[in-house]
Amino acid sequence: MTTITAAPERPPSDGAAAKPARRRGDVQRSGRLAAVLLSPTFLVLALVVGYPILAALRESLYRRGQGLDADGFVVQGDQFVGLSNYLDIFTGQSASVFWGALWNTSFFTVTTVAIETVLGMCMALIMHWAFRGRALVRASVLVPWAIPTAVSALLWRWVFQADGVANAIIGHEVLWTTEGVQAKFAVIIADTWKTAPFVGLLVLAGLQMIPRDVHEAARVDGANAWHQFWRITLPLVKPVLLVAVLFRLLDVLRMFDLPFVLIGAQKESVQTLSMLAYDEASNLRYGAAAAYSTILFLYVAVVAYAFVKLLGADVIGEMRQARAAGDRRARLRLPFRKGVSS
Amino acid sequence: MSAPSAAAPARRRLPAATVLRFAGVAAVVVYCLAPFYWMIVSAFRRPQDQFDNAPLPSPWSLENFRAVFEPDVGFQRALVNSLVVAGTTTLLTLLVGTFASYALARLTFRGKNLVLGMVITTSMFPGISLIVPLLKLFTDIGWINTYQAMVLPSLSFALPLAVWNLTTFFRQLPFELEQAAMVDGCTRGQAFRRIIVPLAAPGVFTTAIITFIAAWNEFIIALSMVNKKEMQTATVAISKFTGAYGFDQPFGTQMAAGVIVTVPLVIVVLIFQRRIIAGLTAGGVK
Repeated sequence: MTTITAAPERPPSDGAAAKPARRRGDVQRSGRLAAVLLSPTFLVLALVVGYPILAALRESLYRRGQGLDADGFVVQGDQFVGLSNYLDIFTGQSASVFWGALWNTSFFTVTTVAIETVLGMCMALIMHWAFRGRALVRASVLVPWAIPTAVSALLWRWVFQADGVANAIIGHEVLWTTEGVQAKFAVIIADTWKTAPFVGLLVLAGLQMIPRDVHEAARVDGANAWHQFWRITLPLVKPVLLVAVLFRLLDVLRMFDLPFVLIGAQKESVQTLSMLAYDEASNLRYGAAAAYSTILFLYVAVVAYAFVKLLGADVIGEMRQARAAGDRRARLRLPFRKGVSS
Repeated sequence: MSAPSAAAPARRRLPAATVLRFAGVAAVVVYCLAPFYWMIVSAFRRPQDQFDNAPLPSPWSLENFRAVFEPDVGFQRALVNSLVVAGTTTLLTLLVGTFASYALARLTFRGKNLVLGMVITTSMFPGISLIVPLLKLFTDIGWINTYQAMVLPSLSFALPLAVWNLTTFFRQLPFELEQAAMVDGCTRGQAFRRIIVPLAAPGVFTTAIITFIAAWNEFIIALSMVNKKEMQTATVAISKFTGAYGFDQPFGTQMAAGVIVTVPLVIVVLIFQRRIIAGLTAGGVK
């Protein structure tokens, strides 16, 4: 290799023009630099994500030992119990708690994501159409996002008090924060409030990437508003919408703060898998906690995989395309661009 | 395609469309702000008017705020803890993530998509799956009730978020300037320091805000890793205000504390709203 004096390098996009040999050298050197630059991130991620996932898997096969072994000695420390933590979860005494939590988690995921997608879409359309008050809407949409979930849970707990403002408005006394289906509604309402605007923001960014002439052409061809939405807006905004939905799905699947603060711990009607795992861990039953969290992890992985495979939510591909079409998109995304490049 | 005449009159009837637009905007604003407004209003009521449902407090009172800062509540300490944890997390994240994002945005190397994919994937892991084993580990090495026990797990969500944001921002920087600097004899490192860093500052700053907010709002890690009141972060402390009063939740005090925790964030967010929206949507659009 030559010395440090870097030969003038071409941008990768010009690669076709460069000689093959030279290009390979460039890639190799870039590769080494990339490895150096990426290693801290990977080290940290391996430490705070990779290790815990594997440790949880191992932990879920052990149980805190307080039993006696074959010779009648008290066994201290963890004992290998194979899959019995999982068996207990699925069929043991507390199986109903697990199935309840699994049901709650799935129920919250389906309902909140469905509502948030529709509401978010509406908000995005409103924000897109609004001429006056655009800044005001944009600012107010960020407020629910900026409020900590725990604080928003308290806020809704207050709103949903027996003699709180929610009951005053509907003129009917509902005990929202007690066990029952109303607690589920309370969680869904609070979650929707906090995250639908976020979905709206993502979709709005997608809307702003649609060239104006597409809609104009459709209008000239006689498409009414509904047709324009259904046949043009929705298909064009679909990639962004899918990514937003995926983010939301994965986020609701691990929901913890909101039901925990809004309704409380160990409340059957709103307990999620995360809450169950937390509960076990805080009672020092790490084996069971790890088993619950591993199940949740697998659940999340399956949902993400299925979503990406079936619906083609192309998270990275979007990014690659964006790069190829960077210039064109940049012009279309002018409002955001201004903020970034100034 | 069926009704060519439908669109034309709708356009001519401008007032109706304007009214509709205005109503839409108003609906979104009310939807987003009404609960927040209620939090502020409730915070400013006198404790004895707590259950008053009037839209404005009468009379206004700072009693709840005074209660938040009672010495035995220890809320000042919780705020400091939150600042330390969120601040350290943000700094560490930026320190580590900037290099990775530069590589991802600028360099051509094999397995880049794999790297990007891994970064996104890690951000999707449920927090509890990471917390359970770390809780056990930290218990064994005596890290419970320490800042590092809260900062390290926070990196698990903060780092992917920051890498993702920064990569998007770095992509938008003028590549040619870097090339030009290297033609003029800068090494890649120098080009990075002298050209990219100053230009990237706004993107880094935005990422810092977003990361800080995410870390400041974190709840489950802080709840799990700490059992001493002096080490609680603000979000955990607020949720635990209940204790002293039994079943009677001191909602007024909690709302006041909520206002204290939220309003500075909201103000920062509003000042930098354009940048933040660009950062937030980066993940979804690109």
